[in-house]
Amino acid sequence: MLNKIWCFFIISGVIFGVATGKSELISNTIIQSGKDSISLILTFLGITALWNGILEIAKDSGLINLLSKKISPFLKMLFPEIPDNHPSFKYIATNIAANFLGVSYAAKHAGLMTMKEMQKLNKNKKTASKSMCMFMIINISSVQLININIISLRAEYGSSLPSEIVFTGIVATIVSTLTGIIYAKIMERKEQN
Amino acid sequence: MNIFIYISNLIIPFSVVLIVMYGFKKGINVYESFVKGAKDGCILIFDVLPTMVGLMLAVSIIRSSGLLTLLENLFTPISNLTGFPKELIPLSFMRMISASGAVGIIIDIFKTYGPDSFIGRTASTMMSCTETIFYTMSLYFMSIGIKNTRYTLKGSILSNIAGIIASLFIVSIVFGK
Repeated sequence: MLNKIWCFFIISGVIFGVATGKSELISNTIIQSGKDSISLILTFLGITALWNGILEIAKDSGLINLLSKKISPFLKMLFPEIPDNHPSFKYIATNIAANFLGVSYAAKHAGLMTMKEMQKLNKNKKTASKSMCMFMIINISSVQLININIISLRAEYGSSLPSEIVFTGIVATIVSTLTGIIYAKIMERKEQN
Repeated sequence: MNIFIYISNLIIPFSVVLIVMYGFKKGINVYESFVKGAKDGCILIFDVLPTMVGLMLAVSIIRSSGLLTLLENLFTPISNLTGFPKELIPLSFMRMISASGAVGIIIDIFKTYGPDSFIGRTASTMMSCTETIFYTMSLYFMSIGIKNTRYTLKGSILSNIAGIIASLFIVSIVFGK
């Protein structure tokens, strides 16, 4: 997918630009974009290293486990199909907790484990179960406390308060996740099996 | 509405201090963990450097050639009809397809309109909402051999749209237009 988009951007961009008489500008842009990437990556490097360090503390100290224990009681409502004490619950909770903190590799690992465990309960191995649909919708629209990448980018491009969008981000992500959950619940009723 | 901005600026220092305190209380070597994580962070960034260079190139070409502006203008009728800013339409689509592509577009938004503009703030808020739908779905479902994903795609797109609309509303409430 990205392969096609990338080629489309470059080829059509250059042709369009040259045709509208901006060849000089395009030429400068190409060189400049290489320079820009490096200054961008330097900002990213500092903030990502710092934040990843903080998240490593959260991981090593068991904070993800603590959070996932707090989430667990709510999961039964979302996944009524899954029997009590099934291992999927642990992975779902870890996935949500890790996504919340922004530890993406831990979230991904727990997410893939969740799907594997859910597949064991699934009757039709080629078709997604209701639990899988619900889990994927929650996982994709994951509630995240702090999106550090966006804050780094805002800082790089001269925002006077890079972190001012944390609150609005949380509101938007909660709305998107809740919408997904409600939709999945409606579909569960509609599509019986 | 300054209270919301105040909360925003408290969340990062609070999270940092809570995480460090919790680690300290649990008796782990907090500083060692930090350094190890920071090192992994550096490796992560150098891994994405080539991708970034490629995307910066592609996005800056379509911007400076005027093609991106042309595309945005094609959306003007939809934008007028719904009140949705046309400047955010390319980002809304890209966000569903590719995370790094979306980063390229958002950089362009910050350069063109500034991160502290209404467009810049809304774009930043939108980016907090969802993962790249198609990529995440194929990764997870393919890992266990599921062919029929039923209503997952529709649900994800719907929640993404809800997140975008919510971003527009909450940004205009907190920061004004």
